[in-house]
Amino acid sequence: MITLEHVYWLSGLMMAGVAIVNWRDRTSPRRFNNTAFWGVYGVTFLAGSHLPDLANGLLVIAMVLVASIRGLGQGKHEGDTRAEREASAQRWGNKLFIPALAIPLITVLGTVIFKRITFQGTAMVDLKQVTVISLAIATLVALATGMIMLRPPLLAPIREARRLLDAVGWAAVLPQMLAALGALFAIAGVGNVVSGLAQRWIPLNSPFAVVTTYAIGMAAFTMIMGNAFAAFPVMTAGIGLPLIVQKFGGDATIMAAIGMLSGFCGTLMTPMAANFNIVPTALLELPDENAVIKVQIPTALMLLGANILLMNFLVFRR
Amino acid sequence: MLTLIGIAIVVVGFVLRINPLLVVTIAGLATGIAGGLSLLEVIAAFGKAFITSRYVAIVWLVLPVIGLLEHAGLKERARAVVAGLRAATTSRVLLVYFAIRQITAALGLTSLGGHAQMVRPLIAPMAEGAAENEYGELQQRTRYRIRANAAAVDNIALFFGEDIFIAIGSILLIRGFLDQNGIHVEPTQLAIWAIPTAICAFVIHCTRLLLLDRRLRAELGKKSEAA
Repeated sequence: MITLEHVYWLSGLMMAGVAIVNWRDRTSPRRFNNTAFWGVYGVTFLAGSHLPDLANGLLVIAMVLVASIRGLGQGKHEGDTRAEREASAQRWGNKLFIPALAIPLITVLGTVIFKRITFQGTAMVDLKQVTVISLAIATLVALATGMIMLRPPLLAPIREARRLLDAVGWAAVLPQMLAALGALFAIAGVGNVVSGLAQRWIPLNSPFAVVTTYAIGMAAFTMIMGNAFAAFPVMTAGIGLPLIVQKFGGDATIMAAIGMLSGFCGTLMTPMAANFNIVPTALLELPDENAVIKVQIPTALMLLGANILLMNFLVFRR
Repeated sequence: MLTLIGIAIVVVGFVLRINPLLVVTIAGLATGIAGGLSLLEVIAAFGKAFITSRYVAIVWLVLPVIGLLEHAGLKERARAVVAGLRAATTSRVLLVYFAIRQITAALGLTSLGGHAQMVRPLIAPMAEGAAENEYGELQQRTRYRIRANAAAVDNIALFFGEDIFIAIGSILLIRGFLDQNGIHVEPTQLAIWAIPTAICAFVIHCTRLLLLDRRLRAELGKKSEAA
C-alpha cells in the first residue's frame, strides 16, 4: 500500500537534489546557506518519522538559523530568455497544457478511483491521505509526460525545481512552522485564555451583540492562529454554544456553518495563513509579501459583515 | 495571561519585518515555556508538530514539472491563447476562473486549482496577457497587482466553495465538535447553510473584479492616449 511516508521520501529526495544543485553552483551568493537549508529540510522528510522529537526540533531550529542569519539567496540562471521561450511556445503550442492540466485532473481522478478499487482486499493507497498521495502520483505522471514530450536534459527537472524553490525561499517552510506554533498554542492553552477575555470584557446581553461577537471573534482568532479549524472549537465552546444556542435559543447548525465561514474571512486577512497568503506572493515573485492580503481585505470585511447579518437573520428564526 | 506572549511576539515580529521563521520559532518557544514546559520539551514539541504537518509541503512536488514547462514556454503560450480571444479582459479571465474554482470546490474537487499548479503557470499569465492585449506592455507595478488578484481569486473561491461539499474537513470538524457537545447535526444541513455566504462571496468579489477592469482602464487607457 502506498502511504504518506512514500510521498515524503519523494519530497526528501527532491529537496536533497535541490541542495546538491545549490552546492555545485559556485555563482550562488549564499551557496552554503542554501545547501544547508534544503539539505536539512530533505532530512526531515527522509528520516523525520524515525528520529526522536527532540532531534527533529533541533533540525528545525538549525534551518531557522540558516535562513535568518545572512539568509538565503538565488544563483544566476542563464540561457532562458523571453525570446527563446516565445519560440518554444510557438513550437509546442497547446500541447504544453497537457502535462500542466494533467496535474489537477489526475489528482481528482485519483481521489475518486483509489477509494473504489482494492487489490486482494486492501486499498492501494492510504485512504485517509488519498488527496495528497494522488497529487504526488499526478506530478510524477505529468513529469514523465513532460520529459517524453520535451526531451530536456535528464537533470533539467531538478534544476528547475531548484530555480523555483530558491525563488520561494524560506516561505516554503513557513506553513509548517505555523502549524507547529499552533500546536504549541494548543498545548499552552492560549485559546481558553482568549475566549475567557472575550466573555469578561464584551457586553453579551443582546442576541445581536452575541452573534456579532461570535462572528468577529471567529475571524479575529483565526487571524491569530492562522487557521479557522483551531478557532472554531474555542469560540464555539466559549461563546457560541452557551450564549447563542443555550441562552438565546439559536439554531446550532446555522450558527456553526456561518461561524466557520466567518473564520474563513479571517484566514483571508492574516499572514499566519502562510500557504494561502504568503507563499503565493513568493511564487508570483511579488516584492510586497502582503500584496495578496491587501487585495483580499475588502472582500473579507464585507463578507464578514454579510455573515453577521445572515447569522442574525437566520439563526433565531425558529 | 503570560501564555499570550507568543501572540505579542508574532504581531511585533511581523510589524518589524523580522524573518518570519525566526519570529515564529521564538514565539513558539516563549509560548511553550510560559505554558510550563522546559526548553527541551518545547523544542521536542516543536519538532513533533513540524514533522506531523509535513503534508502541507507536498505541493512542492509539482515544481520540477512546472519549471520544465515554464522553460518550454508555458506562460508565454497561456498569454498567447488569451491574446487570441478578443473578448478577454483581466477581470473576465479572473471571473471565469472564480466561477470554475468555486463550483468545482463545492463539488468536492478542491484540488482543481492551487497557487503552484494553476495560478503561477496559467491563470496569472492569462490575466496579464488579457491586460497586455488591451493596453500594450505593462508596468511592473500593474503586473504585480494583477498577479495578487489572481492569487486572491484562487483563495476566495476555494474557501467559500468547499464548505458546500458535505465531506470536506471543516464540515467533518463541525460535526465532530457538536457531537461531543451532545448536538447532532446532518452534514447536508451544514452544507446547505453555507450556500448563502457562498453567494455573497461570489457577488462581492466578482463586483470588485469588475471594478478592477475599470481601474485598469482609467489608469492605462489614459496613458496610451497621452503617448
